[in-house]
Amino acid sequence: MTEPAGTSTPAPERRGLSRRALLGIGGGLVVGAAAGAAAGAAATAPGSAPAPTTTPAARTYPFTGPHQAGITTPAQDRLYLAAFDVTTTDRDALVTMLRRWTVMAARMTQGLPAGQFAPAGGPYDAPPDDTGEAADLPPAGLTITFGFGRSLFVDGSGHDRFGLAGRLPAGLVELPHFPADDLDPARSDGDLVVQACADDPQVAVHAIRNLSRAAFGTARIRWTQLGYGRTSSTSTAQRTPRNLFGFKDGTANLKVEEAAAVEEHVWVPARAASEDAADAAWLTGGTYLVARRIRMHIETWDRTSLREQEAVVGRTKGEGAPLSGGTEFSEPDFATTGRGGEPLIAADSHVRLAHPSQNDGVRMLRRGYNFTDGNDALGRLDAGLFFLAFVVDPRTHYIPMQTRLSRQDGLMEYLVHTGSGLFAVPPGVPDGALPTGADGAPVLTTDAPFVGEALFA
Amino acid sequence: MSRTARAAVAAALALPLLAACVPNAQPGAAASSGAPGALTVSSTADACVLSSASAPSGTLTFTVTNDGSDVTEFYLLGEDGLRVVSEVENIGPGLSRDLVVQARPGTYWAACKPGMVGDGIRSEFTVTDSGQDVGPSGDTAEQLQAAEASYVAYVKDQVGALVAGTQEFADAYVAGDDERARELYAPTRVHWERIEPVAESFGDLDPLLDLREADLEDGQEWTGWHLVEKDLWQPEPAANGGEEYTPLTPEQRRAAADAIVANTRTLSEQVTDAAFTFEAFQIANGAKELLDEVATGKVTGEEEIWSHTDLWDFQANVDGARVAFEVLSDVVSAEDPELATTLDQRFRELDDLLAEQGSVEDGFTSYDELTADEVTALAAAVDALSEPLSTLTATVTGA
Repeated sequence: MTEPAGTSTPAPERRGLSRRALLGIGGGLVVGAAAGAAAGAAATAPGSAPAPTTTPAARTYPFTGPHQAGITTPAQDRLYLAAFDVTTTDRDALVTMLRRWTVMAARMTQGLPAGQFAPAGGPYDAPPDDTGEAADLPPAGLTITFGFGRSLFVDGSGHDRFGLAGRLPAGLVELPHFPADDLDPARSDGDLVVQACADDPQVAVHAIRNLSRAAFGTARIRWTQLGYGRTSSTSTAQRTPRNLFGFKDGTANLKVEEAAAVEEHVWVPARAASEDAADAAWLTGGTYLVARRIRMHIETWDRTSLREQEAVVGRTKGEGAPLSGGTEFSEPDFATTGRGGEPLIAADSHVRLAHPSQNDGVRMLRRGYNFTDGNDALGRLDAGLFFLAFVVDPRTHYIPMQTRLSRQDGLMEYLVHTGSGLFAVPPGVPDGALPTGADGAPVLTTDAPFVGEALFA
Repeated sequence: MSRTARAAVAAALALPLLAACVPNAQPGAAASSGAPGALTVSSTADACVLSSASAPSGTLTFTVTNDGSDVTEFYLLGEDGLRVVSEVENIGPGLSRDLVVQARPGTYWAACKPGMVGDGIRSEFTVTDSGQDVGPSGDTAEQLQAAEASYVAYVKDQVGALVAGTQEFADAYVAGDDERARELYAPTRVHWERIEPVAESFGDLDPLLDLREADLEDGQEWTGWHLVEKDLWQPEPAANGGEEYTPLTPEQRRAAADAIVANTRTLSEQVTDAAFTFEAFQIANGAKELLDEVATGKVTGEEEIWSHTDLWDFQANVDGARVAFEVLSDVVSAEDPELATTLDQRFRELDDLLAEQGSVEDGFTSYDELTADEVTALAAAVDALSEPLSTLTATVTGA
């Protein structure tokens, strides 16, 4: 299988660029003029001088490329995800915002301020371009990923909002009601989605905050979700993390090193567009993002015996090995039986029901996070797993499996899905396509390319 | 309803009756400490190697590692080589599992059973007298048997009342006497809710009888109590996803009522079958599961969203859990008197709180009329009881 360079290898990381390096010098010149800050930044523009530190916090990932970053990028530790409702009815205003978002994202992911001026620079009588809370922080591996919800194409009564109805891809369906769903409309759906991932939560929140600021008048936040403790590893170089049940999560996740599998199960092929009655070629090279806010009844879980915990998961709690034996990465053997001829991995265990061998071989690139949103009125933590998965087609790669899980999974006793979203994630902005200013940083122009441009072409 | 209950029961049914196995701690946690009660066992195709052939009396933790290629088991047997003191089963190749046992001084046999066949690979194991008190030495088997017999009798009694009540309810509903049906709905379901973990152990019966509308998948046919509940307490469009509720036709009524009656009869046949047993660990697990049901469904008002009769179910679940505890109380008192006292007290506190809202005989406050403070107080009392109750199974099976 041929593929564009860089598609299925871990996104190259660039070390050495930090906000401090970029802004520290300029910061001293702020009193003079805004131009001073820009000049200071230019002196240490990307690629010029090596930075003083090469800590992991200083790493950056390229914003541009055949696919958007934040998908096969090794999962960062923190998430801030926002779904937006588009408030304008003017297609041009929407395009203008997306163009602006693209440039801001291209800048922020490289450790640059969101706008042209430094957070403490610019015209003295104007509010600063950048809100400033990330000014002294390293880039922290920030990635920003954009997607489109079904409601951007057609509203609830099927009305074509922006002349995009003919481009609604077949996979961007309304998810069915799964058994035991208890979805909160205020935590579900949305016209647009922005996923910001970073190793520092403040960097991720800073990104969403600045993008939402640029959206006022065009789109407004519908719901957001903070996440911590990534619950999946997307690279074999990463240790498998644990979810709030205390079990390793994502052992069998699709890893970026499995190039052919990523190609097959994540990226929308050109074939999908040719088979689609709609004009959906704009999504070729993109993917779909399934987001599910899954609350865990952790209090009742914590009262459950280790025997039952391991039985419903189908793995050991310590090592994460399948109950059929071996170590964490041993393939589960569903045929192995124990006492009484009962399978060691129970018929309604999570690992059995979710395993590719039980789901027509489909796999997902999961990129979820733990969440704890305070507590409910009964003194219980409102905590759980914010499930994120990137898949080539939710009709084959999510809906059938979730239907089985919701109906049969022993874990469902301890889970309730409270939020849901499905988004089409367009391909990336090609390398080198974004116009840059004198300092080498991306700048906004009236015809700059933007994420999802092909949808509006 | 509880799918996990079924899984746990199914998984645990594979245990022999006399197993006195305590739920496992994190494997290796105790063994690595080098404490006198921490032992390691390596089981292979032809060897069963213990880190020591003796240990002082008290709490012993055997961390059993399957270093072979077949599924294995580990037993601690009495001096006669027959009586099973404790055991762990179903250890897959490469896995470790802890066996925690309260061992009194004496001579024992340690046995690994790779492939789960034969008498196993045995070696003598000595427990020396540490001077530590290791609890009662009396045989608890009789007490457990008495508990099981007593609980089965309770289940049969409740199912008997359920069958009679269900028929009366169904007759009223089919006859169109909605007022009478509404009166009978909650008091009849009480008998179901008291023994729900037993019904869940029969697999399909629980979803057929007790599925809530939110639990359905697209296209699935809805049967059972909550279908009729909705028809008796018909929602306004705002509470029905914005759609006008369509009442069931007389034919649909009859079909729904017949299905409930028939499935309840099936339940009755199963519990009155001579082969029906409910073992001590299942009784103890059932108590905990009943409280989980309260915590996730009843205290939040999600079980009876149309009739708001959640407090009947609440009381019934607590009743069922208390009976389960009571039939086991002799064993618990002997093994862990403090736990028995705590559970006794917390059951009383929760019952007192529920009594402020009514009773099964005289009726309860409708869930939607409870204040937020009242719900919070009830939830706190449920949590206060659930936490110690979650140790009941380990206490009973460790006796």
